[in-house]
Amino acid sequence: MRKPEPLIFELSQPGRGATAQHPPVAQAELPAALRRRSRLPLPEVSELQAVRHYTRLSQMNFGIDTQFYPLGSCTMKYNPRVCNSLAMLPEFLGRHPLAPASTGQGLMSCLFELQEMLRNVTGMAAVSLTPMAGAQGEFAGVAMIRAYHRARGDTARNEIIVPDAAHGTNPATASMCGMKVREIASRPDGDVDLAALEAALSPATAGIMLTNPSTLGVFERNIVEIEKQVHAAGGLLYYDGANLNAILGKVRPGDMGFDVIHMNLHKTFSTPHGGGGPGSGAVGVGPRLAPYMPVPVVAKEDGRYRWLDERDLPQSIGRLSGFMGNAGVLLRAWVYMRVLGAEGMRRVAEYSTLNANYLLARLVEAGFEAAYPGRRASHEFIITLRRQARETGASAMDFAKRLLDHGFHAPTTYFPLLVPECLLIEPTETETREELDAFVEAMAAILREAGTDVATLKGAPYTMPVRRLDDVRAARQLDVAWKPAAA
Amino acid sequence: MPYIPHTAADVRAMLERIGVSAIEDLFDEIPQDLRVDALPGVPEAQSEMEVSRLAAELAAADGRRLNFIGAGAYEHHIPAPVWQLVTRGEIYSAYTPYQAEASQGTLQIMYEYQSMIAALTGMDVSNASLYDGASALAEACLMAVRAHRRSHAARILMPATVNPAWRRASRAITEGQGIEIEELPYDPARGVTDPQALARHAGTDVTALVVPQPNFFGQLEDADAMTRWAHGNGALVIGAVNPVALALIAPPGEWGEGGADIAVGDAQPFGVPLSSGGPYVGFMASRLEHVRQMPGRIAGRTVDADGRTGYTLTLQAREQHIRRGKATSNICTNQGLLMTAATVHLALLGPVGLERVAGACVARTAELVAALTGIDGIRCAFAGPRFHEAVLLLDRPVAPLLEALAAEGIIGGYDLSREYPELGHALLVCATETRTAADVGRYADALGRLLGRAAAA
Repeated sequence: MRKPEPLIFELSQPGRGATAQHPPVAQAELPAALRRRSRLPLPEVSELQAVRHYTRLSQMNFGIDTQFYPLGSCTMKYNPRVCNSLAMLPEFLGRHPLAPASTGQGLMSCLFELQEMLRNVTGMAAVSLTPMAGAQGEFAGVAMIRAYHRARGDTARNEIIVPDAAHGTNPATASMCGMKVREIASRPDGDVDLAALEAALSPATAGIMLTNPSTLGVFERNIVEIEKQVHAAGGLLYYDGANLNAILGKVRPGDMGFDVIHMNLHKTFSTPHGGGGPGSGAVGVGPRLAPYMPVPVVAKEDGRYRWLDERDLPQSIGRLSGFMGNAGVLLRAWVYMRVLGAEGMRRVAEYSTLNANYLLARLVEAGFEAAYPGRRASHEFIITLRRQARETGASAMDFAKRLLDHGFHAPTTYFPLLVPECLLIEPTETETREELDAFVEAMAAILREAGTDVATLKGAPYTMPVRRLDDVRAARQLDVAWKPAAA
Repeated sequence: MPYIPHTAADVRAMLERIGVSAIEDLFDEIPQDLRVDALPGVPEAQSEMEVSRLAAELAAADGRRLNFIGAGAYEHHIPAPVWQLVTRGEIYSAYTPYQAEASQGTLQIMYEYQSMIAALTGMDVSNASLYDGASALAEACLMAVRAHRRSHAARILMPATVNPAWRRASRAITEGQGIEIEELPYDPARGVTDPQALARHAGTDVTALVVPQPNFFGQLEDADAMTRWAHGNGALVIGAVNPVALALIAPPGEWGEGGADIAVGDAQPFGVPLSSGGPYVGFMASRLEHVRQMPGRIAGRTVDADGRTGYTLTLQAREQHIRRGKATSNICTNQGLLMTAATVHLALLGPVGLERVAGACVARTAELVAALTGIDGIRCAFAGPRFHEAVLLLDRPVAPLLEALAAEGIIGGYDLSREYPELGHALLVCATETRTAADVGRYADALGRLLGRAAAA
C-alpha cells in the first residue's frame, strides 16, 4: 500500500508559486466597492510540486490504459491515441466557436461527415451532434417526443413507458421532461413482457424508451412486435444507445422502427471517459422528429458548411449548450470512424460479441451462474452470485473488491436492479483472449477463496491506496471541500 | 483489424469453446429481415497515417488567427503541464469512480476541484462539475425551484444581460417542468440590469433572481443591490459568474448581506482550450443548506476500514442510478477530464497568478477599448466598470467587417445584431492576458483601414 498523498492545499507555502505561469503584463484595478474582500485560498506550490502531486494521484487510478476494465454497459474499450492527437491539432484547439463559419470550414466538414456517418450506421433520417452526454441526448430525445405530440395538439400524451431493466437515467429523463413514468416488467428470459406492454399502452402514451440489446445483455427478440404495438397506440419509440456497440453495422435502430436514438460517442465510438466525462450524446431522428432536433446542426449548401439554428429549425427543442456541444469529443469520434471505416464498424459488433460469449462460456465452466442461460450474450452479460451469497456469504460486492487486488477493474455491480447479486460484464472487442482467460482465473480463485476463507475475501481490497471506505460517514459527516484553518 | 487483437487461431479456439461454428451464429437471435450487410455512406478504412494527413490538411485550411472574441469562451494561456497531465492514460481512460478504492486519484482531484470552486465563489460546497456554463445555469434554475419551498410560482427572473445562449439553454432545459423564465431589461446607458425593472416585481412570487457578473456585455452589475432586493423579496439568488473575474471582484458568497444561494459558471478559462466550442466544464456551488438539491456528482472525504483518509462519491441518494424518476437531475457524469484540467491549472496559477491574469485582462481590455474608440465612428456603448469585454457601437453593419478582418487573420469580436438588435451596429470585443500591445495595435490598424480611417495615435 502506498503512502497517502496530501491535498494540494497541504503542500502550500505562502510566497511560493509556479511563477513562470504569471503573466508579465500590466495590471489594472477595479473600483474598491466591487473588489473581493476575502483572500483567495488557492494553493501556493511550485510547478514541480504540482506536477508531482497530480502524477502521483494519477497513479492511484485504474484506467483502460493500465487495466482490464469490464464495466458493463460502459464500453471501456481502447481509446486510440490518434483520436486525441488529431482533435488537439492547434488549429482546432485555438478556434473560437463564434468565429465566422468561413474560418471553420475544415472543422465543419469533419462534423458534417460525422453526422452523415452516424446517420448511416443507425439508419436514421438526420443527426444532431449537440447533446453533451448520453443523459443530455436522452433529454433531447424525450423533449422531441413531447414537442411532436404537442405540435399535433395531442397534449394528453404524458406517459413514458420504461422497462424495469432500464438505466436510471431513462426514468430520470422522463421526469425532467415533465412526463410520468410507467415501468413494465421483463420476462424471466429477459425480453419485454408483451402483455404488460399492451396493458401499459393507452391514449396517454407518449412513447417507450428501450435499450436493445437490453441491459440484461440480450437482444430484444420481440422488437418488431413492440414497434407495431407502440406505433399503433400513437406512441413513439426511443432507442437508448448505451449498447449500440453490440450491433454496430449488423442491425440499425432506424430499421427496427425507432423514431429517435441517442448514441454515446464515449462508448461505441471510443472517445475517452476521462474519469467521468466529457461524453457526447448525439441524437438521430426519423422523419417525424427531424423538425424538432436540438440546434445547431451542420448543413452543407453549395459545397459550403454552415450552422443551422433556431431560424432554420423554428420547431427545434432549442439549444442545450453554450455553443455547439462537445466539438473536441466529436472530432475524436470522427477520427475513430475514419480509421475503422465501414468494415471496422461491423467488426466492433462481431468481436465484442465474440469476447462476451467466450467469457460467459468460460465463467460458466468455472462454476458461475448465467442470469439468462440459454440466451446469446450481446456484447455483455450478467452472472448472478446468489448461490455463492447463500452458501458462503460472499456478495457480488466482495467479488468486485477482490478483483481489484487481482489487478482487474470490477464489472458493474448490482445493476440491473432486478437480478440479485449480479455482475454485468462487458469485455469489449479490444481485449485479447489471454486477458479474458486471466480474468476467468481470477474469478475462479476468488470463488475458491469464498469457500475457504470468506473473512479475507470480505475484507478486500488490500492492495489499493485505501481499503473499503466508510460511505455512511461520508454522507453523514459531510466533508466536500477543504477549508483553510481559521487564523 | 484496427484495435482488435484476435488472431485467426484465437477466433477458432474461442468459437469452439462457445460451441458455435462462426461469429455470425452469435447474432442468431436478431430477426433476419432486420439485418444489414452494408453501410453505404461510411467511408472505407484508412490508416492512422492517412487520417492524420487528412485532419492536418483540414485544420491547416482553417488556420490560426488573432482572436478578440469572448462571449462565453475565453482564450487564456494554458500552462504546459496541464494537458500533459490530463492526457496521462490513468486519468484519460478511467471512468466515473464507481470503485472508489481503484479511483482515489480521480476522487481526490474532484475533492480538490470542489474546494477550489468553493473558495473562488465564496460558497460552502461545490459539485464535481456539470457539462458547461449554459447547462449549469439551467440546472441552477431547476435546483432553485426544488430548494425554495415557500415559493409556489416556479418563476425565475433572468436579466437580458445574461449570455443569450445560456438563456436559450435554460429555457430549453427547464421548459418541460413548467418553469417560467421572465426577462429583465437593462439600463441602456450603463448596460446593466435596470433597477427599476427589478422594482416592478416587488411583492410578486419570485423563486430566484439570476445575477450575471460580469454580464454578457462585460459590464459589472450591482450584485450587492440585486442580492439585497432578491432576499428582501423572498427570492433566492443565482450568481452566473466568470471564474477568472472572481480573483478580483466580490464573489457570490460576499454579495449583499448573506451572499448568493447558488453560483454557476463555466470553468473553461481554467486550462480548457477554446476547442471550437467544447468540451468545457460547468461549475456549480451553493450554500450548505441546499446541497441535497444539487445535481451531479459530489466527492466527499471519509476514512477507510483502517481509519485512513480516503475519498468517495457521496450523497448518491440524489442521483438517477439510485432515485431513478425522483432524482435531482438525469445527469450521470461530470466533465472529469476538464475538471482535472481546471484543477491543475489553478494549482499552477495559485492566488497570485490568478489575480495577475485577471488584472491583465482588465488592463488589456481597457487598452483595446481605447485603441478602437480612437477610430472615428466607433464609440463605447456603455459607461461604468467592466471586466474583460466591452460593447462597441459602429456606424455600419458589423458582419461584413468581421469577414474582412478574418481575411486579414483577425477574429474581431462577436456581432450583437441578432441577439440585441436595439443596440444597432454593436460589436462585443474581448482581450485577455494573451493579447499584447502589438496585437491591439494590429487590430486597430486593420479596423481603421477597413473603415477608411486612420486609427488615432
